[in-house]
Amino acid sequence: MDQVGSGFSDFLQFLFMGLQRGSIYALVGMGYNIIYNSTGVINFAQGEFVVFGGLMMVTLTMTANLSIPLAFLLTVLFVTLIGVLMERFTIKPVKNPNVLRLIIITIAVSILLKGMAMCFWGKGSHYMRHFTGSDPIEVFGATLLPQTLWIIGILAVVVIGFVLFFNHTMIGKSMRACAINRDAARLAGINDRNMVMLSFALSAGIGAIAGIIITPIIQMDYTRGALLGLKGFGAAVVGGLGNSFGAVAAGMLFGIMEAMAAGYISSHYMDAVALLILLIVLFIRPSGLFGSADAARLREF
Amino acid sequence: MAQYPLLRISGLRKVFGGVIAVDDLDFDADTGSITALIGPNGAGKTTVFNMITGFLPPTDGEILFVERKIEKLPSHRVARMGVARTFQHVQVFSQMSVLENVMVGRHTRSKTGLFLSLLTPPFWRPEERRIEEKAREWLSFVGMEGIADRPAGSLPLGNQRMLEVARALAAEPKLLLLDEPASGLNARETLAMGELIGRIREMGITVLLVEHDMELVMEISDQVVVVNFGRRIAAGTPAEVQLDPDVIAAYLGE
Amino acid sequence: MERRDYIGIGVLLAMVIAVPFLVDNPYYLGVLVFTALNCLTCIGLSLLMGYAGQISLGHAAFIALGAYSSALLTTLAGWSPWAAMGAGAVISAVVAVIVGVPSLRLKGHYLAMATLGFSAIVHIVAIAAVDITGGPQGIGGIPYLSFGDLVLDTDIRFYYFSWAVVIIGLILALNLIHSRMGRGLRAIHGSEDAACAAGVHTALYKIQIFIISAVYASISGSLYASYATYIDPGPFDVMHSVLLVTMVAVGGMHRLWGAVIGAVLLSLLPEILSSFSGYFQMIGLDYSQDYDILIYGGILLAIMLFLPEGLFSGGRSLFRYLYQKFSPAEEEG
Ligand SMILES: Nc1ncnc2c1ncn2[C@@H]1O[C@H](COP(=O)(O)OP(=O)(O)OP(=O)(O)O)[C@@H](O)[C@H]1O
Ligand SMILES: [Mg+2]
Repeated sequence: MDQVGSGFSDFLQFLFMGLQRGSIYALVGMGYNIIYNSTGVINFAQGEFVVFGGLMMVTLTMTANLSIPLAFLLTVLFVTLIGVLMERFTIKPVKNPNVLRLIIITIAVSILLKGMAMCFWGKGSHYMRHFTGSDPIEVFGATLLPQTLWIIGILAVVVIGFVLFFNHTMIGKSMRACAINRDAARLAGINDRNMVMLSFALSAGIGAIAGIIITPIIQMDYTRGALLGLKGFGAAVVGGLGNSFGAVAAGMLFGIMEAMAAGYISSHYMDAVALLILLIVLFIRPSGLFGSADAARLREF
Repeated sequence: MAQYPLLRISGLRKVFGGVIAVDDLDFDADTGSITALIGPNGAGKTTVFNMITGFLPPTDGEILFVERKIEKLPSHRVARMGVARTFQHVQVFSQMSVLENVMVGRHTRSKTGLFLSLLTPPFWRPEERRIEEKAREWLSFVGMEGIADRPAGSLPLGNQRMLEVARALAAEPKLLLLDEPASGLNARETLAMGELIGRIREMGITVLLVEHDMELVMEISDQVVVVNFGRRIAAGTPAEVQLDPDVIAAYLGE
Repeated sequence: MERRDYIGIGVLLAMVIAVPFLVDNPYYLGVLVFTALNCLTCIGLSLLMGYAGQISLGHAAFIALGAYSSALLTTLAGWSPWAAMGAGAVISAVVAVIVGVPSLRLKGHYLAMATLGFSAIVHIVAIAAVDITGGPQGIGGIPYLSFGDLVLDTDIRFYYFSWAVVIIGLILALNLIHSRMGRGLRAIHGSEDAACAAGVHTALYKIQIFIISAVYASISGSLYASYATYIDPGPFDVMHSVLLVTMVAVGGMHRLWGAVIGAVLLSLLPEILSSFSGYFQMIGLDYSQDYDILIYGGILLAIMLFLPEGLFSGGRSLFRYLYQKFSPAEEEG
């Protein structure tokens, strides 16, 4: 390619791509943390929430021709409902939960959801229009899509909403109390079962948002869940499992590293970057880059 | 050359977030003695056990066992050096038989590895037979040989506590840590436990005991270390400690 | 091994010998060969799930490592298929160490995600590294295994051979669980703390078991390559790993025999389903392999919710439950 692109504008281009992907991993990672904090379980269906978000949004905007804000809202509600149903029908009925069993259950749900997505939306990938046009903006020789700005902006809104919710609402504080010490919270009169349901709802909602905002860029199909989920999980672990700000930072890091690897090395093996970072971090600093080592030693999921 | 005790704890500290669970604790346990570690609930006794056995890394301080620093070793290494323990909340392998529970206790005393295990059936392994024989011996030592084949989870608490002791003894440890061995036991069972601890000492095994039953503690201990809020507030023979004003204050509450 | 294990092996052996006299259709023999290969992988996976308490979502990738090692070393380097199988096993063991050590040193289920990622990478490499793996076209012309002059080039020969390997694999695994190490692993399951205090090196054992199970999968992959004589990336995807987990869970993950039963049942299920596809059409359902993902997902979910001990152990308790529920009612009435 003989673009005028200098080294710097290439770098900038990769950075934009990294931020955009990273935002998605950040959101998925936050989703893992919410459920992890309330149940101690890693939800393997997290990636499927993203897929359902994306595909539902495609149907509502491209087929049903709803306006983007309305479709956005309906999609998030729809996927949140899936999260709630998942908790009520597959997690709550388990009498003596052990972590291995719960994890296998979430694996089973994830492939069921994947199968359903295939039945409803077929095997092809789905195009969706960008929120506000796809004319790129030029920044120092690199191009920036308006959708990228939407993605980063929405991540910011979600993070702020997250902080407000967990620090300033009764429900949010109760959820945090449950995460810290479930028995004590129960003694204080908090219904921890409802908290678990709520965590699935929230986590599914956040997953849906991730799917909605990324679909215009990657074109969603039913197989995407596993890899998106894996990278989000990587972000959650590298950020320190249970620590949502850590997940956001690590998600961004993942996205950027991945984009750089794709740009400077080879796009084929881009997906290996996430696993590589995950393994290295597990090996040298299992508490994550932003977690406390002492807490992680005792932590199990 | 200075003569070291079997176990020497010096300057031991453990901080959990904001909670100081153990604060600058020192004590020694001499070979063949029974040392009791007592104190009110939450005083940090179990935390001390967890640090000695490698379950928790100390924030600060030293643990010398047979003149080696062990505070940084993982629990299986500490076990191999000859430290065995029981748990405050009984931890038997409930799906396994009583005998198998004690056989697990022989773990550090046997060594068949991965390849031999794969390639030879159990009846070809002389070691397997020895493990079973020894396990049966230790079961009869605690008087449980009659129920060797029962699943451990089906036993009453008293038997489960005895089983934990048998499992720990099966490792033939130099140092045995007992965390509230009599809690939840009735008077008769408590008596039997006290008698058992006495027999353990006679075998030359050093015992470190955490227990709330003061009668038991005062009767069998050589040395009592009293902790409150993670700090040592008194130490000495049972008679000395009982008269210590600080101890009386801590127990009656200030 | 206990007496009933020997009885079980005797029964299995008798069935393996008898079946070809009942079915001599080569297609069904082929299905039974694939069943054997799944059995072998599942025995290893059951050691991991039932005894080390860990899940792998990457066993299909270890099968792929075995299969591609066999394929490449025999076709490109001219190795004997046996040596290639051994090399595949070594490679799988090394990869298991790389993936397993970081994830298994810790408590928790990091392994599931790490193997998922590893599996994705293997799949990508198999497709993208066209120069080596042949990409989506795959590799053909893989030589048959042979014992001297006896070449395993017919279905019936490979059938007996593959089931012999399964039985050997089963015996070795049974030896392992009835050993000091197996006891240590079961102890971890009962109380990890007490096991550690008794000197069980939990992390090391988990890693060793993971390596063993990876080697089982790898050998099953090598066998697959030399039976099919052609491989492509298709069968080695994450879905196959999930299917293997399902087999183990359906049979019952805390019993090695459960893995055998689960693998047999689920390997035969697609055949059973497609033989019923006529009936499905009559009630307006168009069965195709595409729906397998829903079927397996549904089975896995149902087993974990209602029969977490699996068919092998759960079947007995279920029977007892139904018996109590229905028979006394009649007596009372
Ligand atoms: N893993 C842990 N994480 C955080 N705090 C802990 C942990 N273990 C113990 N603590 C705290 O350390 C303090 C000492 O606890 P410890 O269990 O050692 O007391 P104890 O003397 O054994 O009490 P008891 O007689 O009730 O068994 C307590 O305040 C406890 O809440
Ligand atoms: Mg205690």
